[in-house]
Amino acid sequence: MKLAYWMYAGPAHIGTLRIASSFKNVHAIMHAPLGDDYFNVMRSMLERERDYTPVTASVVDRNVLARGSQEKVVDNIVRKDQEEHPDLIVLTPTCTSSILQEDLQNFVERAQLDAKGDVMLADVNHYRVNELQAADRTLQQIVQFYIEKAKKKGELPEGKTEKPSVNIIGMSTLGFHNQHDCTELKRLMADLGIEVNEVIPEGASVHNLKNLPRAWFNLVPYRELGLMAAGYLQAEFGTPFVDITPMGVVETARCIRKIQQVINAQGANVDYSEYIDNQTLYVSQAAWFSRSIDCQNLTGKKAVVFGDNTHAAAMTKILAREMGIHVVCAGTYCKYDTDWFKEQVSEYCDEVLISDDNAQIGDMIARIEPSAIFGTQMERHVGKRLDIPCGVIASPIHIQNFPIGYKPFLGYEGTNQITDLIYNSFTLGMEDHLLEIFGGHDTKEVITKGISADSDLNWTKEAQAELNKVPGFVRGKVKRNTEKFARERGLNEISLEVMYAAKEAVGA
Amino acid sequence: MTVAQPQPEGLTFECETGNYHTFCPISCVAWLYQKIEDSFFLVIGTKTCGYFLQNAMGVMIFAEPRYAMAELEEGDISAKLNDYDELKRLCLQIKRDRNPSVIVWIGTCTTEIIKMDLEGLAPKLEAELGIPIVVARANGLDYAFTQGEDTVLAAMAVRCPDKAPVAETEKHERNAIQKLLHFGKKKEDVVQEESEYADHPPLVLFGSLPDPVVTNLTLELKKQGIKVSGWLPAKRYTELPVLEEGYYVAGVNPFLSRTATTLMRRRKCKLIGAPFPIGPDGTRAWIEKICSVFNIQPKGLEEREAQIWAGLEDYIQLIRGKSVFFMGDNLLEVSLARFLIRCGMTCPEIGIPYMDKRYQEAELKLLEKTCQEMGVPLPRIVEKPDNYNQIQRIYELKPDLVITGMAHANPLEARGINTKWSVEFTFAQTHGFTNARDILELVTRPLRRNNSLKDLGWDKLVKEDAKV
Repeated sequence: MKLAYWMYAGPAHIGTLRIASSFKNVHAIMHAPLGDDYFNVMRSMLERERDYTPVTASVVDRNVLARGSQEKVVDNIVRKDQEEHPDLIVLTPTCTSSILQEDLQNFVERAQLDAKGDVMLADVNHYRVNELQAADRTLQQIVQFYIEKAKKKGELPEGKTEKPSVNIIGMSTLGFHNQHDCTELKRLMADLGIEVNEVIPEGASVHNLKNLPRAWFNLVPYRELGLMAAGYLQAEFGTPFVDITPMGVVETARCIRKIQQVINAQGANVDYSEYIDNQTLYVSQAAWFSRSIDCQNLTGKKAVVFGDNTHAAAMTKILAREMGIHVVCAGTYCKYDTDWFKEQVSEYCDEVLISDDNAQIGDMIARIEPSAIFGTQMERHVGKRLDIPCGVIASPIHIQNFPIGYKPFLGYEGTNQITDLIYNSFTLGMEDHLLEIFGGHDTKEVITKGISADSDLNWTKEAQAELNKVPGFVRGKVKRNTEKFARERGLNEISLEVMYAAKEAVGA
Repeated sequence: MTVAQPQPEGLTFECETGNYHTFCPISCVAWLYQKIEDSFFLVIGTKTCGYFLQNAMGVMIFAEPRYAMAELEEGDISAKLNDYDELKRLCLQIKRDRNPSVIVWIGTCTTEIIKMDLEGLAPKLEAELGIPIVVARANGLDYAFTQGEDTVLAAMAVRCPDKAPVAETEKHERNAIQKLLHFGKKKEDVVQEESEYADHPPLVLFGSLPDPVVTNLTLELKKQGIKVSGWLPAKRYTELPVLEEGYYVAGVNPFLSRTATTLMRRRKCKLIGAPFPIGPDGTRAWIEKICSVFNIQPKGLEEREAQIWAGLEDYIQLIRGKSVFFMGDNLLEVSLARFLIRCGMTCPEIGIPYMDKRYQEAELKLLEKTCQEMGVPLPRIVEKPDNYNQIQRIYELKPDLVITGMAHANPLEARGINTKWSVEFTFAQTHGFTNARDILELVTRPLRRNNSLKDLGWDKLVKEDAKV
C-alpha cells in the first residue's frame, strides 16, 4: 500500500480509452463498476467535446460479483453494435475486472459471433502498466489487428506512395496540446513536400489502417505514445521511423535532418538545410530571441523542469542549450522509461529526479528555490505556495491547458509559443520580486471610506461570525445589503435573523 | 405546453438497465472532510479511485486536503502483503503528520472484491493507535454518488455518544452540546433562553450541510420553538450529538436512507418522515411535519412561504410552463422536481439512481399532491435509468431543460438542448426558505444565457444530428 494524494499518470484503462475514443467510430465498453466512467466527464469538459464520448460501461455490481458477468458483457457489446454500428468495439478491463479474473477474451469471441463490427479485448494489465504504457500498447494492438485482418483478406495495398509520405503516430484525445501539434506537424510536412499518409489515432478510421504500410516513414513525436506501433510497422514492413521530438529550434532541425536522411535513403533526394536555416533565422523568433537582451537577462537563472519524458526532456534542452538558463534539476514521472530520460538530459542539468511522488518533487523545488518552474499542474500549485512562477508543459493538466487559440509546442510555431511561455514565467517572477523590494504597487493608505466602513449599526457576535463565513469576494456586498435592509426598517442591531431576512428580501 | 387531466392513478415507477453516468460514491470525501474539520479520510482503493478524486474534485486537491489514497498494489491484491501491517503503517503516518480526531476508512470496489475485512481490522487498529477509525463502504458496486455520504453517516451514527456526560447538572441541560453552547453564560440567561423553546423531546437532524445552512435551518425551527439538540455530522467529530433511545431524528436530504435506518434500528430513535427542506414548499412541509409530531401549532409559515414565492417571481417567469427532464444521478431529483413543478414547470421524467419509497414517502406524496394542485401530469420515475434510452426520449420530448451529468451536458448543448449540470445542485446551498433563490439561479441560468444569445442562430452546433 502506498499513501498517495496525487498521481501523475492515470490508471491503465484511461490510456486505452484515450486511444479508442480518438479513432472515429470506435466504441469502448468498460467492464467496470458504477462511477468509473468519469473518463466521459473529462473528455467532455476538458476537450469541450460536442459529441458523446463513445465509451459506456458494462456495469459490475453485486450480482456480477456473486454470479459473474455471464451474458451481461456480451449483451452490452451486441447492443452497442446494433445501436451505433461502430467499426470496432474495444472491451476495456479496469482494476476491478482485473481482480475478478473473468475470461473477457471469451466474451469477446462470443460477442463477435453476433456483432457486425469488430470486437477486441484491450490487452493491458492494470497493476503493471499506467495510462501512458496502456495507450501505447492499445494503439499497437489496434494497428496490428487491422493489418492482420487486411492481410488475411488480401486487402493490404502494395508498395509505397508515389511521393515521399509519412504517418504521424501518437496524436490522441486528452493529450497535451495534441491537436495544435498535429496541425503544426501537417504544416511542416507540407513545407517539406511530404504527403501525410495517415494520422493515428486522432480522427482516424480503422478502415484506413491497412494503408499505413504505404508511407515512406513514420513520425513519432511523443516518446510515450506510438513507439510500439511504429516498432511493429518497422518489424512487419521495414518502415523506418523518426522519433526525434521536433520541440525547440535545435531538435526541430535535428528531426528534419533525420527525415531527410530517411527519405533520401529511399531515393527522394531532398536537401532541407536551406529551409531549416530560413526558418531558424527569420521565421521562428526563438533563435533571435536567444540573442536579444531580454534573453540575456535570463542567463544563469535557475529553473526546475518536471513532466513526462517528451516534454521534460525537450524543455530542459531548450532552457539550457537555447536560452542559457541554469536547469538545476530535470525530472520525469515516467519511471518505466528512466534510462532514456537520463541519457537525454544528463548533460543539460545538474541533477535528474525520477519520481512519481509529488511530495518529493515539492520538496526538491523548495530546496532549490528556482526562479521559475516548468512542470505539470501540480508543480504550478507548488509554485503558488512557494511564490515561484510556473509554466505548464505537460499532463496532468486542467481545462486551461486546452486552449482554443492556436498553441502548438512542436515545430517552428511551437518554438515561438515556448519562448513566450518561458519569458512570461520569468518576467512575472522578476516583477514580483521588484514589487516586494519597493513595497507593492501603491503604498498610499486608502483614505476614502466606503459606506460599509463607518457603520452605525451594531452586529451581534453571531451575525458577525456568520458574516465572516461568507466568502471574501462577496462579503462586502452582503454586509452593505444587510445594513441597507436594517436601516430601511429602522433596526439598529443586526442579528442572525435580520441577516437572513435581508438575504430573502434582496437576494443578497 | 399541454395541461393534461391529472391522472387518477398514483406515481408510476419503472426500472431500467442501470447503464447511467454518475459519480462514484467515494466523492463524498470531498465535502465531508471539509464539513468534519478534525477528520481524515483514507480511501483504500486503486489508482482508478485516486484518479477519479483528483479529477472530479478539481482544485480542491491542492489545499492540502485531509484525505488521501491508500493505493493498493499487486502485493496487496494477491495478499502477499499483510493488510493489517500496511494499514497500520499508513495510519501511523497520518497520525504523525495530521493528528486527526478520527480516521474514516472508505472501502472501495477493490476492498469488496478481495474481501478485505476493514470492519474487523478497524477496532484492533483503533485500540493500538488511540484514534477512532470509522469504516464506510462507499463503493461503486453498491451505491451511487451522494449515497457515499449515507454510508459514512450511517457508520458515524453508531459512534454518537449514547448518554449526556453531564448528568449531575440541571435536568433540562440534556447534553454536552447544550452545555457548550451555554458556556460562559449566567444561569438565569440559560433558563431564560430555554423558555424560548416549547417542551418537546430532543430532536437531532442528520445530513451534511454547509454551516450557514445549518444555522439557517436551526433558526427556522427555533422560530417555531423547536430546539435542535444536535446535528449529525457536527463540525467536529468530537462534537457528534448525543443519541439516546427515544430521541427524534429528521433527515434533511433524500439520499440518507441507510442513516435513517441505522438511527431507528440501532439507536432506537424515532424518525420523522417529512418532505425535504428544498424549496419554500418543501421547507414549509418539513417544518410543519416536525411541528405536528411535537404537537406545536406552526406560526407564520404560510405568510413566510408566500413572501418567499413573491420574491422568486422574476425567476419563475422564466421557467413557468417550460419542461424539465431529470436524467438522474444524485438522488435529489424528486425533491427538485417537486419544487420546479410548484414553480409551474412540467416534468415528464425523473431519473433517479435509487428510490427508497419508505424513506422518501412523504416527499413522494407531496410530489403527487403538487402535480394535482398544479394540474400537470405525474412524472414517470425511472430508477436505475439507461442513459442511451433517455437520450432517445429527450430527442423525442424536446424538453426545455435537461438536468444531467457533465458527460452528456456539452453534447446535448451542441444539439440545441439546454442543460444544467446536476452536480451543482449537490454543492450549492439549496436548503431552507432562504436558498430557494439559489436553486432557481441554477435552473434559470441556461435560459437566461439563451436570452442573452438569442437571434445569433447558434443553437445547433453539430454538423449532422449524429447518432448518440
